[in-house]
Amino acid sequence: MITFEGVTKRYGDGTVAVDNLNLQVPTGAITVFVGPSGCGKTTSLRMINRMIDATEGRILLDDQDVRKIDPPTLRRGIGYVIQQSGLFPHRKIVDNVATVPYLLGWDKKKARDRAMELLERVGLDLKMADRYPFQLSGGQQQRVGVARALAADPPVLLMDEPFSAVDPVVRTSLQDELLRLQAELQKTIVFVTHDIDEAIKLGDTVAVFRVGGHLAQVADPSTLLAEPADDFVEGFLGRDRGIRRLSFVSAGDLAVRSEAVVPGWSVALDEDNRPLGWRPDGDGAGLQPFGTVDLKKDSLRAALDAALLAPSGCPIAVDGDGRFAGVVTREALDEALTRATRGPSDG
Amino acid sequence: MNWLFDFFGNGDNWSGSDGIPMRLLEHIEFSVVALLLAMVIAIPLGLLIGHKRRGAVLVVVTANAARALPTLGLVVLIVLLVGVGTTWPVLIPLVALAIPPILVNTYEGIRGVDEDLRDSAYGMGLRGGQVLMKVLVPVALPLILLGLRIAAIQVVATATVAAYVGLGGLGRYIIDGLATKDFPSTIGGAVLVAVLALVVQLGFSLLQRVLVSPGVSRRAKVR
Ligand SMILES: Nc1ncnc2c1ncn2[C@@H]1O[C@H](COP(=O)(O)OP(=O)(O)OP(=O)(O)O)[C@@H](O)[C@H]1O
Ligand SMILES: [Mg+2]
Repeated sequence: MITFEGVTKRYGDGTVAVDNLNLQVPTGAITVFVGPSGCGKTTSLRMINRMIDATEGRILLDDQDVRKIDPPTLRRGIGYVIQQSGLFPHRKIVDNVATVPYLLGWDKKKARDRAMELLERVGLDLKMADRYPFQLSGGQQQRVGVARALAADPPVLLMDEPFSAVDPVVRTSLQDELLRLQAELQKTIVFVTHDIDEAIKLGDTVAVFRVGGHLAQVADPSTLLAEPADDFVEGFLGRDRGIRRLSFVSAGDLAVRSEAVVPGWSVALDEDNRPLGWRPDGDGAGLQPFGTVDLKKDSLRAALDAALLAPSGCPIAVDGDGRFAGVVTREALDEALTRATRGPSDG
Repeated sequence: MNWLFDFFGNGDNWSGSDGIPMRLLEHIEFSVVALLLAMVIAIPLGLLIGHKRRGAVLVVVTANAARALPTLGLVVLIVLLVGVGTTWPVLIPLVALAIPPILVNTYEGIRGVDEDLRDSAYGMGLRGGQVLMKVLVPVALPLILLGLRIAAIQVVATATVAAYVGLGGLGRYIIDGLATKDFPSTIGGAVLVAVLALVVQLGFSLLQRVLVSPGVSRRAKVR
């Protein structure tokens, strides 16, 4: 757990970047700092590993005041990823990843083995290991940055807009990769972004900052979307909060009918029991489009999307292998949506 | 061309205390000693002010002002101060000549390293000295070597002043040749200096290849 206790940062020129911040960052979860440019996210993050020292207040890392720890020692125990990757251009990728293990005095072989293991973990081709940073794309460099931060297996990871310099497709895959890694590793992660969608996607907890380093709201994404604390947060969250919130409601509660028919339509299946389309009753018109939802892992948003894709208006439920599991009627969908809006659910 | 042959083809010019090998050796000795002295002073200073970012203006301004010192005037001045019979009247002006390019390039090289890189090095937990030696120096090395190369070439070209105060080196051929109207000797001396400068240039290119990481010079091949 990382605890901010009345933390204020005043820069030399008088700018108050962070003003009396009180916040707890829970262990083993992703906490996102989000807010408009200049609101003090980076400053708050960098006070944790003492790249910046607070003017007032304390930051506790598992009950220990970070000010009592020598900065290099503190930093070797905290992974740090920045936007521009900051890889050492003169070192090969494998040695870049092994930076902290080398500093900690691991023997060379062990450090390199560990580096190779991490390169694999973050989804990089191992033939990249002997390249230099300039020979990698921006997205690949960011993966290396993540691997480097994880090399000495620190319990805490600080990430400052790590994915904002790459294109949207790469960004999405890096985000997915981080979530997958986090499911395995359960690090305490503080993630800074100015992108609310990224915050909502990645955060177990989202801390919304407003300019001047004040906290506007701290909540899980679903609560944030459903109950923004004020106009500022609401404005910052943007449009379609209702729909976006459905991403956090499981589709698991939907009532499913096992018959492959609804009034006017029936589901056409192949020999493997996978849906092919909706067949209208009566004349021999062709198959119509459909949408599926996997109740075990999809959200209510996916169910609604599946409903909107089909002229029958009903999502087709499938199992993990994509085989027909039943049909969700409009009534069932309606009930689930009503339940979902009755209060934030953590799905 | 004939003059060149007169000079280099003359067997007498290849032996004895005023033969080409000896003069070349003397010339190289002055140059190497001066360059080493300048390095010992300028590199640590350049690293320090580049890394700490303090005192830079003062040091760089002084160094650049030193560039304007007339070398020959300095030689004469030091002869007047310490007298003949030592090599200091040559060494001190050469060192003064070599310091500015080494100092300024080292300083600029270190200072110019990308801020994010510096930041990430500290963020990984490197200490100040480690950041300097393990990150800033390797990355700034091309510029540092460039400063050394410029200094070395200037020193080699200027070490001819030794002859003005009765010391050896290739300057002897030039000065004595002028005095006795022995033009082949003057031209031969100048050619030797030029060749030496070329060798220095070549030497530094090789050094650059060996010392600078392919990741910095960007000449690594993708495997
Ligand atoms: N070294 C500094 N000296 C003076 N003021 C600073 C310094 N660093 C940051 N600030 C100011 O402190 C405030 C917060 O800056 P910070 O970098 O923490 O913002 P941020 O939320 O990370 O913004 P962004 O999304 O643009 O990265 C800003 O007003 C900024 O101008
Ligand atoms: Mg920032």
